[in-house]
Amino acid sequence: MGSPLVFKQIGGEMKKFFGVVCCCVLFFGCAKKQDDPNTITLWHWMTDRHEALEQLALNYERLTGVKVKVDLYAPSDAYSQKIIAAAQSRILPDIYGILDKKEIFASFIESGYVTDLTEEFQKDNAAWENALFAKAVDVNRFAEGNIYHIKPGIYGVPVDVTNIQMLYNKKLLERAGIKSPPKTFNEFLTAIDALKRVGISGLVSGWGELWLADCFASNYAFNIMGEQKVMDTYQGKVPYTDPDWIKVFDVFRILSERGAFAEGIVTKPNKFAEQDFALGRAAFGFNGSWSVNVYHDMNPDLRYGVMLPPPINPNRPMSIWGGGGSSFVVNNISKKKQKAIDFLRWLTATEQQAFLSTETRNLPSNREALTSIPSVLAEYAQGMDYTTHPTIWTYNEHSLVIEKFDKGLQSIIIGEKTPQQVAREVQEIKEREMKKAHP
Amino acid sequence: MSEANEKSFKFFQLKNNLINFSFVLPAVIIFSVFYIYPFFEIFRLSFYSWNGISPIERFVGWQNFIELAHDDVWWKSMGNAAYITLIALTFQNALAFALALACDREIRMKRFYRVVFFIPPVLSEIVVGLIWQWILYSGFQDGQHIGLLNYYLDRIGLHHLVHNWLSNPDTALTCIAVVHSWKGFGWGFIMLLAGLQTIDRQLYEAAKVDGAGSWRTFWNVTIPMMVPVILVVIVLTVLGSMQVFVLILSMVGQGLVYHTEVPVTRILSAMTGTNRFGYACAMGVTFGMVLIMISLSFKLLSNKVKQV
Repeated sequence: MGSPLVFKQIGGEMKKFFGVVCCCVLFFGCAKKQDDPNTITLWHWMTDRHEALEQLALNYERLTGVKVKVDLYAPSDAYSQKIIAAAQSRILPDIYGILDKKEIFASFIESGYVTDLTEEFQKDNAAWENALFAKAVDVNRFAEGNIYHIKPGIYGVPVDVTNIQMLYNKKLLERAGIKSPPKTFNEFLTAIDALKRVGISGLVSGWGELWLADCFASNYAFNIMGEQKVMDTYQGKVPYTDPDWIKVFDVFRILSERGAFAEGIVTKPNKFAEQDFALGRAAFGFNGSWSVNVYHDMNPDLRYGVMLPPPINPNRPMSIWGGGGSSFVVNNISKKKQKAIDFLRWLTATEQQAFLSTETRNLPSNREALTSIPSVLAEYAQGMDYTTHPTIWTYNEHSLVIEKFDKGLQSIIIGEKTPQQVAREVQEIKEREMKKAHP
Repeated sequence: MSEANEKSFKFFQLKNNLINFSFVLPAVIIFSVFYIYPFFEIFRLSFYSWNGISPIERFVGWQNFIELAHDDVWWKSMGNAAYITLIALTFQNALAFALALACDREIRMKRFYRVVFFIPPVLSEIVVGLIWQWILYSGFQDGQHIGLLNYYLDRIGLHHLVHNWLSNPDTALTCIAVVHSWKGFGWGFIMLLAGLQTIDRQLYEAAKVDGAGSWRTFWNVTIPMMVPVILVVIVLTVLGSMQVFVLILSMVGQGLVYHTEVPVTRILSAMTGTNRFGYACAMGVTFGMVLIMISLSFKLLSNKVKQV
């Protein structure tokens, strides 16, 4: 048995040893990780496109020797929060996407986290820009004199395009004796009556995610009063109590009272709504072009077509939301900016876009890659001429007004409030926020 | 002790202290970075107007708190959380206590029941929300209800009860509260059962000898002995129920108008929906204060009860 002194000595040595180890771990553990100059990192949220993106990244590495690390963070809500948190701690990757409103996109640019790609797009007589759908590029463009005071230019690269339209189940329409999809709002109401007679639900959509209901309302606002009047409303020149806005709110009242909506539409997540349409539980759907892939996975035998939402005002074309579906931006504080830009240029070239489109059933952002897409997707592509989007509008509504507007739509659908009541409440918030902005 | 020895002793003592401190240092750093710093940062930000990304933070003083005081939706969300808490306090805890009493007796398969009753709390809230959304689903195909509850109500002839459970303002919040109670009763069950098992069996035997019936024994022996545990369960139920939100997101998405809003969904909405980080922080601070006040009042109550 050793003497207590020996133990004390050993204990002392051990303390020293562990003390040094702890300090080393703390010191070196906090050291910055060595950055591989030949590896660029891409963060995205698209679960359905992850494998295809990884495959393309592998091809790119074989071709150029530059490794692209593709990291998926889903769902999109969680991704958005991650991006904001990463921006706050300045750890954004080389390539990422901003899913938020244009105002937030502008904040990212203002904070120096997004590279201005205008010069790159305009090289070689704007070859890159011309290869892509103009409306897709516009989503990432800040025009001259924009309200966010961002230097005019293109700040993102669209990797696909998308638009949101109405879908109809051919089999269910046939069962209700409807020969062709409705072309006007009145025809739509007649179709709803016919469907109800044979016990089929009318329209399903994921309005538990409020932006989709907002999009539907925006389609009708553009149809009823035109873009200029909508923009005037956002600027505060036209009140929400205007008869045209009441008509927009009334669309929801009429559809609700007519029993056009599938049960529980106001709290239904889009995933459930997609399931309902894919399984033939509702004759009409309101969803984006990304759903072609979703429906194919859920029910490959589903026979359906795509149509514009039936207009109320026949004298004005129906406007739908669309444009750049998913876009990527290049981190302005990245040391590998050029490598990131080169990869995005390669990713949006015809061959890669055709691959992405075939693999993921999404509309390509490169117009030359449109040749070999499925027929339903081609129907969606026809709607590209009618697209508009909040990100390309000159003015955007205040987010608190949008929240009140969307909640108001829910109130009308569940029969809790009239269109007039909702219009008054939205206008109150609008006036309050305008007073705050210009006291 | 000579002066030299004293100096050397002090040196070794200091050295020992430093070494000991180095062991605690990682924990102190982690705690400071992840708890203390965010805590103070939330207080600071609640006095600013900031969108969460922009480098510009504008000092607005008490403005966020003043706006919050006049925010009807915020107070409605507090009311909704209180309603969920009330149902949890009554329905959830009564169920937990009843089951704990049943499992405290010599019944067959009591270990099996203990495991079964503890399954809901260990399930993810998202999973629970989605399962219940499927049960409460209101929709039909080929003339038949798809939602499990509506389907069986229809089958057993209770057509008048078939309902749009989650899209009706009269039932949506109650459904969420009931599901929350279903998910949470297992925690109360385990704690109450543990409390029941610490009661000395001789007390029951003495009560029996004195001629007390089971109801009288329950009121005069079980309840007084269980008061400290019951108070802990109540505090945990209140704190857990006031902060419920994942379940709401998974059951009703972004909510049914403002009928299913609770403080945490409002904070989330201010942060990610309307990008008002300063305002969201003011909400967080106010809500935190309310929870602290509730906890303190229960602590005071608990001390009084112990004195009695």
